[in-house]
Amino acid sequence: MPGALLEVTGLSKRFGGFVALDGIDLTVAEGERVGLIGPNGSGKSTLVNCICGTLVNESGSVRFNGETVDGLLTHERTRRGMARSFQLPRPFTTLTVADNLRVPLLYTVNARPGHALSPTELDARCAELLQLVALADKARHLPRDLTQVEMRKLELARAMAAEPKLLIADEAMAGLSQSEVDDIVGLLIRLNEHGITIILIEHIMRAVMKFSQRLIVLVSGKKIADGMPDAVIRDPAVERAYIGQ
Amino acid sequence: MRTRVFLLVMIAAAAVVFFAARMVSNDYVFFAGYTVLQFVVLATAWNILGGYTGYVNFGSAAFFALGAYATVFLHKLYPLPIPLLILIGGAVSGIVGLGMGYLTLRLRGAFFAIATLALAVVLQTLVVNWDYVGGSRGAYIIRPNEIALIGPYVQYLFLLMLALAVISLTVARGIERSQLGYGFATIRDDELAAEASGVPTLRLKLIATTLSGALMGMAGAPFPYYIGYLQPSSAFGLEYAVNSIAMPMIGGTTNWVGPLIGAILLGSLQQIATVTISSAVNLLIVGLLLVAFVIIAPNGIVGLVQNWMRGRTK
Repeated sequence: MPGALLEVTGLSKRFGGFVALDGIDLTVAEGERVGLIGPNGSGKSTLVNCICGTLVNESGSVRFNGETVDGLLTHERTRRGMARSFQLPRPFTTLTVADNLRVPLLYTVNARPGHALSPTELDARCAELLQLVALADKARHLPRDLTQVEMRKLELARAMAAEPKLLIADEAMAGLSQSEVDDIVGLLIRLNEHGITIILIEHIMRAVMKFSQRLIVLVSGKKIADGMPDAVIRDPAVERAYIGQ
Repeated sequence: MRTRVFLLVMIAAAAVVFFAARMVSNDYVFFAGYTVLQFVVLATAWNILGGYTGYVNFGSAAFFALGAYATVFLHKLYPLPIPLLILIGGAVSGIVGLGMGYLTLRLRGAFFAIATLALAVVLQTLVVNWDYVGGSRGAYIIRPNEIALIGPYVQYLFLLMLALAVISLTVARGIERSQLGYGFATIRDDELAAEASGVPTLRLKLIATTLSGALMGMAGAPFPYYIGYLQPSSAFGLEYAVNSIAMPMIGGTTNWVGPLIGAILLGSLQQIATVTISSAVNLLIVGLLLVAFVIIAPNGIVGLVQNWMRGRTK
């Protein structure tokens, strides 16, 4: 596929005797918005962890931006332009909200060749990102002062601070109200318009349908559907997996 | 404040301490002060790994003893000036710190702490069975009584330890305000999220173990000249392992001031207890204070003050 940013081929992962992922193949084109759904325990987060290098897959291969990234550590993949948010927010609890964003700026953006930001530029970038997710007035607070919604926004902002080519948002909206979900979907679509490819993992179907140009369905570690969202949700196999026969 | 300015301020403060100590015409001040300063260096060094990155090292005594035994070894081979011995002791302990890091940093929490404790036991066994440095009998180091320019030798040792304290505090504060400091803090908070933000966690942890080990070795290098007779049980003493953990905990682990306050407070208390009650009470004092602080002020004295100030501004 020409212009593929992410190519996963034959990826498998077991935990002891349990097969969490079984020969997953998927491709994401540059600039695409892909939704990834599946029932609880279907292997979505495991797939994200294997793509990002947090877990090591036993077989199969991940190519990113024309380069095989198997065997690279997570931080090396982040520097190559792969960023993720965590399902449960994992902020740096002893750093202020602004400093949480400073970390990826210092270690990822500044680590790329020809990108050295001056201290004032760093401050400006932090402020800009906080503005984007409406957390500017909390810049000097510690993460423990944030609400659940704000924590999720911080999680997204930190992933975006790394200036990724590909952003993987792992259930960024669980537990949010409808208007908050719309907020975040709008934010993700705006980011996508700026050229960032996005994989959204989500249970809230309204958000997934609004966001995705393409939908991939995982069930028990296997990919059972991949295509236009409207067609995929009418697929009998997908209906069976979600509702039962 | 820039690091260079901070260094100048620290040097000025050290000069005041030294000349104030000289005003008291009693060598005991230097003798006791040396021990307190030695703990300032050890506590600050421990805090670079234990406080900034959150990896608890129970083997401080091993790094301290390595520095001390490097001195004994070289003293027998060819006596060198102490500043040079400090550099060599630091290098030896730094290399061992790096090696220990490679072997143990894949362990977390209590498992890492146990591994460092094991390292101390292994090294002590090696030294006990190494005749060249005295084995279990110990080794004597005859030091001169006087030294040019300064006078009594203990004052010279005090001055060296004062310089080491200035260096380690400047290094610790420099780390806090640098990119390295942010990286260390993310390791302490959440290693998975740190990696996802691009922080090379293993490399940073190795930097921390190396730096921390090297500073402890530097603190240990002049010790044989101070004590005159070095045996394994004193160099690998429990008091070094316990104090270098307790002092930062009581002072506060998140910045350079904590270990300084903890070391001065606990170190002086122990010196006072040694002359007034008995040296055996020392560890009891440390233990009781540690328990008290864990209950009353888990973030140490610095944390207590920060909370109080935050409460006032609200």
